[in-house]
Amino acid sequence: MTCTAEDLVRALRAVAAAVADHRAELTELDRVIGDADHGENLRRGFLAVVTKVDSADLDTPTAVLKAVGTTLISTVGGASGPLYGTAFLRAANAVTEKSEVDGPAAAEALRAALGGVVARGRAEIGDKTMVDALSPAVDAAVAAAEAGGDVAAVLAAAAEAADRGAESTTPLVARKGRASYLGERSAGHLDPGARSTALILRALASSAGAR
Amino acid sequence: MTVGLVLVSHSAKLAEGLAELAAQMAPDVPVLPVGGAPDGGLGTDYDAVGAAVDRADRGDGVVLLYDLGSARMTAELVVEGLNDPRRAHVVEAPFVEGAVAAAVAAQGGADLDGVVAAAATAAGEAGGVAGGVAGGPEAEFAAGAAAVTTAPTTEAGTPEAGGDERGPGLSAEVVLRNEVGLHARPAALLARSVADLDAEVVVEYAGAAVDARSVLALMGLNARGGDTVTVRAWGRQADQALRRVQELAERRFDE
Repeated sequence: MTCTAEDLVRALRAVAAAVADHRAELTELDRVIGDADHGENLRRGFLAVVTKVDSADLDTPTAVLKAVGTTLISTVGGASGPLYGTAFLRAANAVTEKSEVDGPAAAEALRAALGGVVARGRAEIGDKTMVDALSPAVDAAVAAAEAGGDVAAVLAAAAEAADRGAESTTPLVARKGRASYLGERSAGHLDPGARSTALILRALASSAGAR
Repeated sequence: MTVGLVLVSHSAKLAEGLAELAAQMAPDVPVLPVGGAPDGGLGTDYDAVGAAVDRADRGDGVVLLYDLGSARMTAELVVEGLNDPRRAHVVEAPFVEGAVAAAVAAQGGADLDGVVAAAATAAGEAGGVAGGVAGGPEAEFAAGAAAVTTAPTTEAGTPEAGGDERGPGLSAEVVLRNEVGLHARPAALLARSVADLDAEVVVEYAGAAVDARSVLALMGLNARGGDTVTVRAWGRQADQALRRVQELAERRFDE
């Protein structure tokens, strides 16, 4: 099974719905160690994404992903705009000239997205950021693709690893982002960016798996 | 023409206030504040930053300064998205000190690289002014910065000890006849008065010697009204530099 532009648009609607459903949770996580806007920022961003991909005539996965990236950059406002925006733009670049994304291409897109997030945010594993969810997700996705997994299998593996990666941020002391100003006091709380990364990957995986 | 500045903040009020402060010392420099998220709340607005860069660019390029992490990311994305990314630079510098230093450098006719350098070195001068911060690497940094300001630097940025191969240069004792001494506005006037000269100019006071083109370093001398400073200059227009500073002091810095 592969993923066309149309499948991707459907998956993005699922992401927007998941983000809206978890808005309060994300904002609460961000209230404790950040600036309490993560849930609302992402909700607004993915709402704009759905409007954008519904209104524009986007017939390739790369075109859809690029539209997502630019829309998030323009609408989110907080750090997650440039970070997720860069992630989707890099993913778009990784799947150019493909009309359908298969398992290996999905893993490659995730790997490119991680590269973008690391470059933009200058964060490493263990800094208590979305990298802590995305990085193990990429490893799992690559392994699943190498084992012959299709898009659904690759995304399911990524989502699973991202969940665990997000949970691993709880004991960490933040070294990047707004939470880093709290120093030791940031320990004991789940990182909202890692949580939203896991949420987005889970929604993408569920959408792919439902087909 | 002059290099333009774009100040990217999470807060519209913060950006506007800083633009007001920077523009006071640089009346001819386009200083554009951009603050707040697309919905008007706290945050950064990619499209607004892009529009501000376009408006600030008078052909000599634009320097962007930012307050916190996501403002940096947004500024970097805007620069990467330009047709010619070389026409704009995002500078890592303290927001307030960097903006003031950049504005004064641009007012003095510095090119894009010169304004970037002025903003980027503002961190060290601010450390020197504060006289050192207690604890950790910051104290080390401030101490290092203070050491730099006591040894005048050449244009190439190489620290040189007093009595070096440049010779003693020309010097003049200047009495600060204005009330506030080398405070912000007079310091900016002094820096501007020598900015376009082919001369290296240093102001010495209380054992410290600082670059006369750096407003923040001048302010850091803490020279008050009634104090006497020594102005020292090297280079082809050294005598003119001394004359201009003397004239400025005699006019009481137009107070």
